[in-house]
Amino acid sequence: MLIKSPSRHTLTEAQTTPESAYVSRRQVIAGLGAGIGGLLLARNSYGLDLFGSDTPKAAPRKPLDFAPQKPAPALTLTPEAKVMNHNNFYEFGTGKTDPAENSQGLKTEPWTLTVEGEVEKPATVDVWKLMSEIGLEERIYRMRCVEAWSMVIPWVGFELGKFLTRFAPTSRAKYVAFQTLYDPEQMPGQRNRYVGGGVDYPYVEGLRMDEAMHPLTILSVGLYGKTLPPQNGAPIRLVVPWKYGFKGIKSIVKIRLVEKMPPTSWNKMLPQEYGFYANVNPAVDHPRWSQASERFIGPGGLFAVKRQDTLPFNGYGEEVASLYSGMDLKKFY
Amino acid sequence: MSGATHGASWRKLLAIVLQVGVHVGALLPVLWLFVAINRGDLGGDPVKELIHYLGMGTIRLLLLTLLISPLARVLHFGQLNRLRRPLGLWCFVWASLHFSAWLGLDLALDWSLIGSELVQRTYILLGFSAWLILFALAVTSLPALMRKMGKQWKKLHGLLYLVVLLACWHFWWSVKSGWIEPAIYTALALLLLWWRRQAVLRWLKSFR
Repeated sequence: MLIKSPSRHTLTEAQTTPESAYVSRRQVIAGLGAGIGGLLLARNSYGLDLFGSDTPKAAPRKPLDFAPQKPAPALTLTPEAKVMNHNNFYEFGTGKTDPAENSQGLKTEPWTLTVEGEVEKPATVDVWKLMSEIGLEERIYRMRCVEAWSMVIPWVGFELGKFLTRFAPTSRAKYVAFQTLYDPEQMPGQRNRYVGGGVDYPYVEGLRMDEAMHPLTILSVGLYGKTLPPQNGAPIRLVVPWKYGFKGIKSIVKIRLVEKMPPTSWNKMLPQEYGFYANVNPAVDHPRWSQASERFIGPGGLFAVKRQDTLPFNGYGEEVASLYSGMDLKKFY
Repeated sequence: MSGATHGASWRKLLAIVLQVGVHVGALLPVLWLFVAINRGDLGGDPVKELIHYLGMGTIRLLLLTLLISPLARVLHFGQLNRLRRPLGLWCFVWASLHFSAWLGLDLALDWSLIGSELVQRTYILLGFSAWLILFALAVTSLPALMRKMGKQWKKLHGLLYLVVLLACWHFWWSVKSGWIEPAIYTALALLLLWWRRQAVLRWLKSFR
């Protein structure tokens, strides 16, 4: 098994936004809140001033041992600071910076993950122990959000399929159901419907068995060579690169193998807008916006806007299109 | 009525102070945005938040604009009505910034995409219609034009009622989930329109 220390130099370009850039934005936003004769009452997303100081109390991240991806795909990475400060994790609020602000206290250690259902050997595993023994690898993937923006993220993780075989799935296992931690005390979005954007918690997701077993599907425990920040789904999350980002369920506590298609959170809330499959597809628009192109969040400032065409299956069609042969993807969106 | 003259000049002064306050209050956040952008202070990926911020600011300004007339009436403070023109113009400025941020920063001036989004997406069409009306109101806001247009001016500028509703509707349909916040704004808009229902009815009747 090839285990190498993460070397920063494998990430080519200068991919960092100066820390001052994102750190001081809180102050800016706080200043903005004072405008319009007091009528501009701060939204909850502008309320917390964690980044008002120059030293954000970011949750500590540990360096990981992993095998770098070789050859690394020719993709421009999204700077780490942007990956960590532009998140959808409604358990911590619906604003894009809410998760970074509100999740730093999330207790991720210890963390257990239960695998149950249609398996011969159900078990509860210690995620931190798993991380140290399973053999981690880097996967540089495109990430396409259903909201028509995208990133390229160097994940660290392991194949879900290989992991699941440890538990000996039975022949009745047709789908895999995932569940995020439910802990309203730690997750303000679960305490308050308004903060949590109306999602019925705990957040649940699902994959068909063949999707789950596909070598591109990983459980990620880190990004940019270190353990995941809470806002990105620490300590363990799903990454399915050919599907819209919301399929990538965060902070997973339970995986259940099941016979029938499991419910999924966004589909439950808005079935006409979000399907079970949620494969990235430029030909099938969201009812309220086009999915034909996307805004790539890369290096550079506000005006370095890059709009690019969205690729079928997010560019992973060669590997995964066969999973859906014969299916009407307009119907199974 | 002995204090009337004194009270009148005091009110005049207050109206001027409020007028200055409107300009400062509406301009400062915009200046902040520009300074912050130039310094690269907005970091992360601020495009979505920038657009939302400008959009929310526009809706709040619209509500504030609607608040003036009825407030002037109940307070017997006619000079408050002077705030309507600057507030209305600021609504247009904020709406234009919101719209151009979407055009330039989100869609990167991809005109074919902009065209298809405008036609296909109802919530964008709603917002665009509201902006078009605000544009018409802004260009006809000169006092000289107001006198020249007479009754037509009143008819045209009554469209602000429609703008507020369109803006709320646009907001409601644009959010990914959660109806509470748009519902609050819509309720506030309806409340303000109800408060001035007689004026709204008069305006509606003027089209007969």
